[in-house]
Amino acid sequence: MAARLDLRRFPGFLPITWLCLVLLYAPLIVVMVYSFNDSNSVTLWGGFTLRWYVEVFTGPEAPKFKAAALNSLAIAISAAIVATTIATAAATAMLRSGQFRGKSVSFVLINLPLMVPEIVTAVASLVFFSAIGFQAGYLTILVAHIVFCIPFAYLPIAARMQGIEGAYEQAAQDLYATKWQTFRLILLPLMAPGIMSGFLLAFIISLDDFIITNFVKGAGIETLPTAIFGSVKQGIKPNIMAISTLLLLVSVVLVTVSYLLGRKGQTTPTNKGT
Amino acid sequence: MANSDRQVAVKFETVSKRYGTFTALKQVSLDIFDNEFFTLLGPSGCGKTTLLRSIAGFEDIQDGAIRLFGEDIAELPPNKRSVNTVFQNYALFPHMDVTENVMFGLRMLGTSEAEARKRAQEVLDLVQLQSFADRMPNQLSGGQQQRVALARALAPNPRVLLLDEPLSALDLKLRQAVRLELQELQKDTGITFIFVTHDQEEALTMSDRIAVINAGEVQQVGNAREIYEEPNNAFVASFIGETNLIKVDVGEPQDGKVAATLPGGVQLNCSAAVGAHAGSGHLSIRPERVNFCPLDKANLTGTVQRVVYLGTDMQVEVAIQSGQTINARVQNTQMAVIPSIGETVGMQLDAAAARVLGA
Ligand SMILES: Nc1ncnc2c1ncn2[C@@H]1O[C@H](COP(=O)(O)OP(=O)(O)OP(=O)(O)O)[C@@H](O)[C@H]1O
Ligand SMILES: [Mg+2]
Repeated sequence: MAARLDLRRFPGFLPITWLCLVLLYAPLIVVMVYSFNDSNSVTLWGGFTLRWYVEVFTGPEAPKFKAAALNSLAIAISAAIVATTIATAAATAMLRSGQFRGKSVSFVLINLPLMVPEIVTAVASLVFFSAIGFQAGYLTILVAHIVFCIPFAYLPIAARMQGIEGAYEQAAQDLYATKWQTFRLILLPLMAPGIMSGFLLAFIISLDDFIITNFVKGAGIETLPTAIFGSVKQGIKPNIMAISTLLLLVSVVLVTVSYLLGRKGQTTPTNKGT
Repeated sequence: MANSDRQVAVKFETVSKRYGTFTALKQVSLDIFDNEFFTLLGPSGCGKTTLLRSIAGFEDIQDGAIRLFGEDIAELPPNKRSVNTVFQNYALFPHMDVTENVMFGLRMLGTSEAEARKRAQEVLDLVQLQSFADRMPNQLSGGQQQRVALARALAPNPRVLLLDEPLSALDLKLRQAVRLELQELQKDTGITFIFVTHDQEEALTMSDRIAVINAGEVQQVGNAREIYEEPNNAFVASFIGETNLIKVDVGEPQDGKVAATLPGGVQLNCSAAVGAHAGSGHLSIRPERVNFCPLDKANLTGTVQRVVYLGTDMQVEVAIQSGQTINARVQNTQMAVIPSIGETVGMQLDAAAARVLGA
């Protein structure tokens, strides 16, 4: 079809799209490119090298980063597991208990944290922990992470559950399954892609978090983002760019997997192939 | 019929169901016998699915009681009712293959794995799907999915099988083949089938008995012949097949017989439905029971308005004195004399097929 006959075409928006993409990705690309820069300067190009990556794993700061990475990993995994479990239970309660008082309010309340400025949550968490006399440490980080991961895990899980027709659960109960068997054998497997997707999202959010972690962590405990921040305060070195690039890679992979799972989730249960 | 000594499988006792202010079922009373192919027939939105779902246990009813082989099932959850459903869109579990789908009910009942597998094979044989046992539901055609849904519901050997328009997704050829299969299956298994459809032809060809439902009320219950030839009211007469409803003066009904005075003054002695009463009323007669005849032998006369070609038949529309239009059918054979438009014709209404309806 001739382009000028295409009514859905609005000329002039393409350059704007390009501008957005450049603004979004230029800094990331600079960091990625300069992580391969064979020069101690962070601005002058001195040829290609992998030595900053080697230094991340063997250099003087390696033990510090290793400990921080392990902390991050342990916290992200535990926080994501707990948050996903809670989010699954919440989604089941919200979407499979019929109409109840305060349903729409609950829905808003679950998702509201996504819109609260993170710094507010951070301060609130800090105040809350000290008010109840919690010693800042691993536990405070973990609890805080679980809490802010819940809405992120909830979204894909609830979206998935909404797409599952009630007919499957009715068929199961018609075939003598109890409520619990119906949940375990029908609802849970059908929700699996959504749950996986929610888990990965929660994992990434926890892994990347800086602000809240920085507020609630105890002295001497570092996660990868706080360790990177600590290093950067003493000047940006190319090995920081290497770490950042690695972290970016992990995030991109996980988000992609999460997205693919979510998409698969949208097509399977409604595909009735009549 | 000796209906009184047959065991009642499902009994509705003045059941009412309301959604908010809307009444979906109004005082429904119904006896469905054991080992019967029973059909719920009615237009879209009349409450067929609601009726079925209340047997399965997915709808609460507000008034009355539903009894399953004598037992009041109000307090039983769906998984405690020995009733299985073939859902309108099949609802096959998408993450299980055909065999696992069919075995599901047996597993939930605690049948041993080996026995469940054997039974699954049996019912898959029954619906001729042996070779599809390892397929996933989305790898099956609509007709195959329908059979899996049937096999899955039959596997636990329920006492009552509920089928909610299971044929509506199939094309005409397949639908006709499956009708016969379903009927045979019902006779072979001896399970009570309660079948929902809004297709009157489907209902007439398959059922032992039919309940015609409109707007949440049972209009009439009977076998195919009774429903078609002895309709109780105007709704049943015009929903099942085509009919002419002629305004007549009705005499006092006696022993199911009544004298009806046609427009033009001729009296016809015909059958009277329950609820027919003296005064003005409606006489129902099927188009194929209106015959053309010489004017001197006619009990009704009129002017031909239109002649419509229907293939095997011609439909002739005749305006009578009262202004009403009567449809008549003439078989499309070589000998047939087809009246032409504008012609004044005489018609003979077959008194044996004419019926004065109740209100
Ligand atoms: N959950 C509900 N809330 C309100 N009204 C409902 C609900 N479910 C059904 N109804 C109404 O009850 C009536 C009967 O519905 P039902 O599904 O039993 O119709 P049906 O006879 O099966 O129709 P169809 O042939 O279209 O499937 C309809 O008018 C419908 O709008
Ligand atoms: Mg229906």
